[in-house]
Amino acid sequence: MGQITLQGVQKSFGPVHIIKGADLDIADGSFVVFVGPSGCGKTTLLRLIAGLEDVTGGAILIDGRNVVDVPPAKRGLSMVFQSYALYPHMSVRGNIAFGLKMAGIAKDEINRKVEAAAATLNLTPYLDRKPRELSGGQRQRVAIGRAIVREPKAFLFDEPLSNLDAALRVQMRLEVTRLQKQLATTAIYVTHDQVEAMTMADKIVVLNAGKIEQYGSPLELYEKPANLFVAGFIGSPKMNFVTGEPAKQQGAATVGVRPEHLKVERNGQGGWPGTVSVAEHLGSDTFLYVDAGPLGMLTARYVGELGLSPGDKVSLIPDPARIHRFDDSGKSIHA
Amino acid sequence: MATQQTQLLARTLLTPAVALLFIWMIVPLALTIYFATLHYNLLDPGSETFVGLENFRYFLTDPAFLASLQNTLVLVGSVLAITILLGVPLALLLDQQVVGLSIVRLMVIAPFFVMPTVSALVWKNLLMHPVSGLFAWIAHLFGLPAIDWFNDAPLFSVILIVAWQWLPFATLILLTALQSLDEEQKEAAEMDGASAVSTFIYITLPHLARPITVVILIETIFLLTVFAEIFVTTGGGPGLQTTNIAFLIYSQALIQYDVGSASAGGLVAVVLANIVAFFLVRIVGRNLEA
Repeated sequence: MGQITLQGVQKSFGPVHIIKGADLDIADGSFVVFVGPSGCGKTTLLRLIAGLEDVTGGAILIDGRNVVDVPPAKRGLSMVFQSYALYPHMSVRGNIAFGLKMAGIAKDEINRKVEAAAATLNLTPYLDRKPRELSGGQRQRVAIGRAIVREPKAFLFDEPLSNLDAALRVQMRLEVTRLQKQLATTAIYVTHDQVEAMTMADKIVVLNAGKIEQYGSPLELYEKPANLFVAGFIGSPKMNFVTGEPAKQQGAATVGVRPEHLKVERNGQGGWPGTVSVAEHLGSDTFLYVDAGPLGMLTARYVGELGLSPGDKVSLIPDPARIHRFDDSGKSIHA
Repeated sequence: MATQQTQLLARTLLTPAVALLFIWMIVPLALTIYFATLHYNLLDPGSETFVGLENFRYFLTDPAFLASLQNTLVLVGSVLAITILLGVPLALLLDQQVVGLSIVRLMVIAPFFVMPTVSALVWKNLLMHPVSGLFAWIAHLFGLPAIDWFNDAPLFSVILIVAWQWLPFATLILLTALQSLDEEQKEAAEMDGASAVSTFIYITLPHLARPITVVILIETIFLLTVFAEIFVTTGGGPGLQTTNIAFLIYSQALIQYDVGSASAGGLVAVVLANIVAFFLVRIVGRNLEA
């Protein structure tokens, strides 16, 4: 079991409020990603759950028990650190076994568990190596091995893939997701990369300046962002925001349209006219950065190739069903 | 970078410095070797005669040699043990966040900046003096007889003084090493359920293996040649109880005026230091390999 509930969790460092009251319900077995820009408090929130920081206020419940005063090791969670934090003088076996050894488990049982974990992570040939003799991806797997071998109630991941190169990151992303599904253990994963968040999560928590902006499934966040911040943060390239006359027509202070929901027409009529200033040709897609005069710079995504080059006149026609409307305070207006 | 021109230039520019260092080293060594083969006594100048290895035989068969060799090893070993066994906990304490830490650190490091002669005099006259010393006063407070340190435990007293001087060095090196210990590693150990003691044994101590090696190597080099502390406090006595090799050579040359035998002793000391260094690097040098 690994059901985690946060009730009004607050954290201040002196006069600085890092977490301004977080309420959250994480179901057993789900994969929850904390995402947000740097400094939004996502790592702090994870460390509060881990017990590496003390809360200033509120309660953290694991399986219904308030663990605010329980030391980290007794909370039954395990953590994968950004720097991996492997013990450099111990072999891979020693690293994975350390937590079990500290728990006073019998030697042969430790060996059995370590070997099972190593087999799951394809680490068996490296069990007797030192961390410095491993590649980045292998170190990452050792760090994960150290976490899974303790059979925790939940895994906590603190930006574990940020030190890997792009190709390896995609591969590890898949491996972590698959492993989590296979073990069916609750996981909380911190990242600033919204692609990682969208691809891995069952549910995403979008954090901004110490507040939870929205909590929902990736598609909910994409289709029904609660406010301007979430709308701008989720999705790549970023959503276009337009204020002024076109917004007023829709009865909103701001309207937002994702680049993929703008139809591009060469010399077209209607919609929002503009001039292509930059065209990025990816083959499969074309990203157009269009100078739309009073509406500002708009980004449009066209699937395939349209043969446009800078200076060409285009017209951007928003998909009426996919226009997001926001009020003065930035909140979403749902019809 | 290393083209032929730059190599030539580098060699040309380095030559004067290397040549000077070489002369600086080779002239005293050559003269010492030369003197070691002479019957050369300052009380009887002008009578130098070649005696071959006679000085070596004299120095090595002198009962004072074995006694001082033993004193040297006891001194080095004890000071190393004290500075490391006390240095590790001190460094751990100084690594904590407490009020007034910078002042405490300064006070801990201060003894290292006191000249050996001065600190030996302070210990001898202000602390360990059986009549007017602080230790004697404390003993009187408890109704105990004063200890005459330099008579009753002369070598131990010298060890105390030297250890007091070198403790800051060990503490400082170990403290900087502790500060370089990755915070996330300690947190990982905490998550793994390691107690403070287990964290120390399994995480901190292995991390300190390398700086401890550095402390042992550097201290050994200097502790083999401790002189001022002995000269100022006990003068090598009573008898030979605090005479180490360095002091024995000094007494051969400037108390008995026997330059030949002192030179032979100096060469023996060089060989001994190299033997110690060889074993040290064998035993603890492994930790220095990355």
